[in-house]
Amino acid sequence: MSKAWTFGENMNTDEIIPGRFNITIDPLELAKNVFCEVKPEYAKNVKPGDVIVGGQNFGCGSSREHAPIAIKGSQAKCIIAPSFARIFFRNCINIGLPILECPEAVENITEGDDVDVNLVTGKVINLTKDRAYQARVLPDFVLKIVDAGGIVHFLKEHDIQELMMSAEG
Amino acid sequence: MGTLIEEIFSRKAGRAVHAGEILLLDVDYIMSHDNTTPLAIKAFREIGKPILDKNRIVIHLDHAYPAPNVLAAENHRKIIDFVKEQELPHFFHQGVCHQVMIEEGFITPGAIAIGADSHSNTYGALGAFGAGLGSTEIGAAWVTGKCWFKVPETIRIELTGKTQPGVYAKDVMIYIAGMLGMDGGTYRSVEFGGEYIKNLPMHERIVFPNMSTEIGAKCGLIEADEATIQFLETATPARGSFEAFGPVNPHYERVVEIDVSSLSPQVACHPDVDHARPLTEVEGLEVHEVYIGTCTNARYEDLEIVANMLKGKKVNPYTRVIVTPASDRIYKKALNNGLIEILIDAGCAVTGSGCGACIGRHGGILAAGERALTTMNRNFIGRMGSPLSEVYLASPATAAATALTGRITDPRKIIA
Ligand code: SF4
Repeated sequence: MSKAWTFGENMNTDEIIPGRFNITIDPLELAKNVFCEVKPEYAKNVKPGDVIVGGQNFGCGSSREHAPIAIKGSQAKCIIAPSFARIFFRNCINIGLPILECPEAVENITEGDDVDVNLVTGKVINLTKDRAYQARVLPDFVLKIVDAGGIVHFLKEHDIQELMMSAEG
Repeated sequence: MGTLIEEIFSRKAGRAVHAGEILLLDVDYIMSHDNTTPLAIKAFREIGKPILDKNRIVIHLDHAYPAPNVLAAENHRKIIDFVKEQELPHFFHQGVCHQVMIEEGFITPGAIAIGADSHSNTYGALGAFGAGLGSTEIGAAWVTGKCWFKVPETIRIELTGKTQPGVYAKDVMIYIAGMLGMDGGTYRSVEFGGEYIKNLPMHERIVFPNMSTEIGAKCGLIEADEATIQFLETATPARGSFEAFGPVNPHYERVVEIDVSSLSPQVACHPDVDHARPLTEVEGLEVHEVYIGTCTNARYEDLEIVANMLKGKKVNPYTRVIVTPASDRIYKKALNNGLIEILIDAGCAVTGSGCGACIGRHGGILAAGERALTTMNRNFIGRMGSPLSEVYLASPATAAATALTGRITDPRKIIA
């Protein structure tokens, strides 16, 4: 099962991972201290495939990738929030951490709910409450990057121009 | 035709573009610093392709410089080795990245400068598009020279009137942050304009785009005018050709009008920038440290305000007062004009230039239970050290007044 971990509004990058831990870029190292001040039990008890459910403007603050890397390192499957801070949104895509914008899901999910997420269709199912929600589907070119596992993997295989061809054409 | 961001992007794209479109654009400069460059190098190595144009890359050491610990030193080593290996021509350790970017003339009206730092929005003060991106995307841009952008909708902030003595751009911006909230500008371009902005000198203008980050904006922009051109020509070795231009028949998503004439000094209270209060509501609150620095408010004119207020006086002996000039150039000018001596005589600790205490790594870290009043742009929990410390944001004048008493103090009482 995928357990939901809920977080409040305006969760900033310093709350996700305080600056003093950003001396490493090792995802597993960073994951040890992820959310250490706002929810210390998360790093200890999170299981691979769990889902993070955040409030609006999730990931605001610094441009540091340490924050999404720490979350990816904790092996959470994805983040669902009503809205994301701009740079954080880009960073998640660029490192291949799926994010879904879905205000309805966030409103209904409580901590510990068993949640099933289909990243391709954007369907979010709350098995505990027997409810389904539809997240906003990401633009084509964004999915291309996420599918490749992030921008680095995309560029290894493709030219940057290929990103836009499908999006515009 | 359009808002300032539509104008900037249209010029780059070579056709008229509008809010909502997604573009792939050439970027003029790609900035990163000691905190974010290692990850960019990692992404670059993994991609395994060469740098497209070395001249567009600018790297700074500023966040933890000089190195406060072994890890930071190793970080610097990694970056310096990379700069040498790739023979990158633009490498600096002369102060806060954003200040140096402007001083060195990389930022001109209409330029597109992306930075692995959230306050890259600062460049909007010169009518350039500046936006923060993550390191991975920066490493990718070294290879491609390009970046994708969604043309944002624009919120126009129309500022009229003239501030009263003791009230500065910082007070106006804290007030705006309180009004719009931390997500008030998310995904948006925030255009600052009106008669108040037009009459402001560059060092004050910079505060607005710099702190547009704090309201979630994609970019914060001020249209380039004669004052911008004059600043570029006299104060920087501006690169390339440029001209002043502004919005043309813009359509704004929202217009916010503010008359600044009746504003009093403002403070952004712990722990969010939108906890803005008139200073009078928190006056007298004890502080343990006053920190004057950062890309928001440590320019020469800021130090001049502080020095004028502290001249011949002593700061509170139980309050640590730390001054970190934004750049070496500012430091030198302050030194030559006697400001540094005034500050030292008043009891301030003047440090080398850079980000200093701003991210709680060195140069003035806070202990549990301590409270600081600073000229910084953000006050997240734990920003300057212990998660149990508090950070209050204010203007350099308020910082100077507070330094004298050890309590949040109205600068108008000292200036008067
Ligand atoms: S001075 Fe502070 S806000 Fe500015 S770039 Fe440095 S760390 Fe960031």
